This record gives sequence, C-alpha cells and structure tokens, in this order.
Amino acid sequence: MTAGVEFRGLRRVFGRTVALDGLDLTVRPGELMALLGPSGCGKTTALRCVAGFEHPDEGAVIVDGEDVTRRPANRRDTGMVFQSYSLFPNLNVRDNVAFGLRVRKVPAAKRHARAAELLELVGLPTHGERYPHELSGGQQQRVALARALAPEPRVLLLDEPLSALDAKVRLTLREEIRRLQLDLGITTVFVTHDQEEALSVADRVAVMREGRLEQCAPPAEVYDRPATPFVAEFVGTMNHLPGRLSGREVTVLGLRLPVEGPLPATPEVDVLARPEAVLLSPDPEGEGLVVASSFRGSSARLRVRLGDLEMLSDVPGHDTARLAPGTRVGVGLVRRPVLVAGRADAP
Amino acid sequence: MAAVTPVLEAAPRSLAPAGRRRVRLWRGLALGLAAVYFLLPLATSFWFTAYNERQGFSLAPYPRIVSAEGFGASMLLSLGLAVATIVVTLGLTLPATLAVRLGAPRLRPVLEVVCTLPLVVPPITFVSGIGTVLRFGPDALAATPFWGTLMAIQDERFPVVLVLAYVVLALPFAHRSLDAGLRAIDVRTLVEAARGLGASWPYVLLRVIVPNLRSAITGAAFLTLALVFGEYTVAALLGYRTFPVWIVTVAGSEGQLSVAVSLLSLLIIWLLSLALSGAGVERRRSS
Repeated sequence: MTAGVEFRGLRRVFGRTVALDGLDLTVRPGELMALLGPSGCGKTTALRCVAGFEHPDEGAVIVDGEDVTRRPANRRDTGMVFQSYSLFPNLNVRDNVAFGLRVRKVPAAKRHARAAELLELVGLPTHGERYPHELSGGQQQRVALARALAPEPRVLLLDEPLSALDAKVRLTLREEIRRLQLDLGITTVFVTHDQEEALSVADRVAVMREGRLEQCAPPAEVYDRPATPFVAEFVGTMNHLPGRLSGREVTVLGLRLPVEGPLPATPEVDVLARPEAVLLSPDPEGEGLVVASSFRGSSARLRVRLGDLEMLSDVPGHDTARLAPGTRVGVGLVRRPVLVAGRADAP
Repeated sequence: MAAVTPVLEAAPRSLAPAGRRRVRLWRGLALGLAAVYFLLPLATSFWFTAYNERQGFSLAPYPRIVSAEGFGASMLLSLGLAVATIVVTLGLTLPATLAVRLGAPRLRPVLEVVCTLPLVVPPITFVSGIGTVLRFGPDALAATPFWGTLMAIQDERFPVVLVLAYVVLALPFAHRSLDAGLRAIDVRTLVEAARGLGASWPYVLLRVIVPNLRSAITGAAFLTLALVFGEYTVAALLGYRTFPVWIVTVAGSEGQLSVAVSLLSLLIIWLLSLALSGAGVERRRSS
C-alpha cells in the first residue's frame, strides 16, 4: 500500500532557531521526493515530523489523507533508514529485518520467510545469520533498508542514508534504492544535502532554505530553470556575470537576454549562467583566454579569463584539443531566459 | 585533472629487543605489586584460619561455618536484600538515565549530582537520619494509614527499610555503570529505529535497550551485590542481622571462624558475579 504525504504549514522552533517556517509540500503516492538543502535548512526536521520523532509547533502532517500530526511514532506505519548505522547490535541480520514483524506478532515462520525475501531483494541472501558488526557500512545500510521495508510501510523515509559511505558504495546503493523504490512503488522521502544524489534519484526535488520551500520540481527543471537565485546557486555551479537591467531584459557579454524570476531593485546585476551555457569558440582576436582545463571524460571544464572576469565553461571532451590553455576565444551565452541577482559588490 | 597527494608513510611501530625487555620488566613488576597488594591479605587470612599452634594446619573452621548459629538466616537475608536492591535500583536508574539522555539531556548534570550525593554523605549521618525518622515517625503517623506502612518496612524478617537505604547507597555505582553503557551505544537512533518499526516504549526498553546494555546492567548488579554484602553501618545501627553484621558478631567470640566466613563470603560474591556475567554472555549467544 502506498500513500501520499502532505506537509501543511509546518512550523518547528528549537529555542531561537526556526527549523521549519511554514513548510508546505505535497509528496504524491509512489513518488520519490528528495528534500535538498544546506545544513540547518530544516529538511531532517521535516522528515522527523513525518516519522513522529518531532512534533511541529504549528501545521499538520497528512499521510494518505489522515492527519497523523499527534500520532505516536510507533503507530505511523512508516519505515525509516537513518544516517548512522542503526541496526540492533544484539540481533543478527535476519532478526533485525524481522523486528518490525515480530512487533506486529507475525508468526516466526512467516516473518523469517519475509526476512529472507527482503534480504534477497537487497542482495544479501546469505547474510541472515551474521551480526551487524560483521558487516560493512554499505551492507548495514542495505539491511536497514530491508528492515524498514519488511512491514510494508505506507511511506519510506531516508535520512541521508548514504552520507556515511564511501563514494563507490554510495553510487551503487543509491541506484539500488531507486530500483527498489520503483519496483515496490513506495512513496519515499529522501533527505540529502548532496545535489547530485538528489538530482539523480528523485522524481521531484524540493529545495529548502531556512525552513521554507524554495522550489519543488523535477530534477531537470530545478537545474535548468531554478526558481530563485538561491536554488541556482545551490544546485550545480553558477557563473556570476555582470549585466545591466532594462525592464525585463538584461545586457550581458554584449547580448540582450530576457530575464525570468524576481528582479533586483538595482539595474546593475549579476547574471547567473551555468558553465554549459557559456559558449566558447577559438578566435585569435577573441577577448577571452583559456587559462586552465580540467578533463572529465565526456566533457571538460575550462577556466576562462575575460578582462578582470573569470568564468567556467563546460565543453565536449573532444573540444579540449582546440581549446587548450593559452588559446584565445570568443565568449558567448546560450540565448534563453536567465536569472539575475543583486550585484554582490554593488554599493 | 586528478592530483596525487603525497601520503606520508607511518614508520613501523616496533621496539628494539632491549626496549621490549624493559616493557616486559615493568609490566611484570606492576602486575607483581598488584598481586601482592590483593593476594597477600587473602593468603594471610587463609593462613590465620587454617593454622594454630595447638593443632597445626587444619581446615576445621570451614565446615563449622554452615552449622554456625545465624549463618544461614543472615546469608539468606542478605541475598534477599541484594536481589530486591538490584531490582529496585535498576528499575529506578535505567528509565531515569534513559529518559534524561533522550528527552532532557540538559538535566544530565542534575541527575549526576543527585546520584553522586550518597558518596558525599557519610553513612553514619545517613543512618542517623533514617533512625530519627523511624523513631519519631510512629508518633507523627499514629493517626494515619501510613503508620502500618512504617511498621511493615521495619519487619525483621525482611526489612524493606534496608532495601530503600541500600538503593540510595547503590545509586552512584548503578548510575555510573548505566550511563557509561548508554554512552557506548547510539541509544537515540536505536530507540527511534525501534519506535519507527512499531515498538511500544516497554518493548523498546526490554527488547532493544536492556539487551544492548547487558554488560552495563550486569556491572551495576555486581556493584550493588557487593555493596549489600559489604555494608555494615546502616544494618548494624538499625539493628538488623545481615551477613556482614553476623560476621562482626561472630568475630567477637570466634576469631578463626569469622575470618573463614569473610573469605567464604568473598568467594560467594565472586561466584555470584561470575554467574551473573556468564548468564549475560549465554543470553547474548542465544539471542
């Protein structure tokens, strides 16, 4: 069974710190929603409000149409995987996975069969008799995932489950999480501060800042059409190019481009442009100079100096030979609406 | 572009043969000194019980212990008091320490101070306070239903008042042991994981916390047991004949027997501790 989750005007204050400041967000049934944001933005608090480990000062948490805001954690029917390894050290892997079923008084034979099924699903069919201290970090998180899924919860909550793992395991496990989530069709809320992780696994990404929602959209939209300068800055790399506003257009690098999103009060602005939106062409008379190149396989990131200005540009990997450091280049921008922000060094 | 960061290789940590010999020598010396400090009094006590000028070497005092008047009753009383004290102490300190750790971490220093107070208050002051209450209590409570309670807790067959006093005296040791155990596990995450899986609070306490605190709980139980079997002042001044009080009474008339009993009680406590610890290990293996 899968259910939608709704955060309705959630507010949570710890002393003087406002962790959630009126969060409104809806997670559709069967969807994987990533809550993304810097440390302290309230994403974990929001997740804990769904799990029942935190209670909001104001607002409501709705799961499958039911208000569960005041319901204790053990009656919420959610499964959670934590950042730190949370397996019960006194139980072996099989009993860890079957824990939620034992609580629900499922007969031993049935719960052992279900544990075996889940261990098969997470790729650890032969590890049932081992104890948590005999497993690697990645294996422990797989078992934690199996344990969370065993009672067939309505919602799966993942609180930075990959952050304690090394890069290679992280990559594999996040793909497995996504595969499992799609196979089971379970509504999942995934908290992370890693933008790449969020963009690669989620159906939609909710970017949070200071307890509020900045943007909630599919990954491609968050990346390509960030709703606010904060989202643009937080997700991916951004160049800040000086521009001048006139109406809803901005002049930058000699081009006039339409502006989307909020307009700053001053006409002198920073135009926010992704490295892949900066176009380079070799030109002996060009004003730009390639000063460094970082090869990344299918692409390369070039550092280009244009007068006092430095910017980054991503070019296809096969272009690196003709755009080697020291090459003079002409610099342009992809013609499409851009975001602008108040000039950082403006008086 | 990948940069290669030079990594300094750690020098192999091995000692020269002369250094190893020196370490072994110091280690042996320290162990030898500790052994002398602990074993010499035990050996001389044993010699005192087993040798006298008239009979020479004889283990006669030991069989006499069992038939000595008051031995069985005082031993059983102390065992009963120890079990009750362990149950009440753990029943109080475990939930309190857990609740403070999970729900009100700021109160930890307060709990620590409260639990350390019995170490600061001298037993004689403590028992004189209890004595005063017990002396004047009946008059003050004569017209209330509490009079019966006050009488019941002083019943000679099982003086609950001693359990209450021992619980206070055992608090510092039990709290320290449990607090150290709770520090060693990520108790918040384990509790939340269990709660998220549908476990009620009692289930979490009995199936998650207690099994993972087995060694800390066993440690607290050891210390409480040792305290009850070693506490003399409170029991003697309140007029109860617990095992330590009986030993002192016997010492006045039969020196050899009382020392033999002391050695035997040490052995009993040691065996009980081993049994407790063994039970912990067995349970862990079978869980």
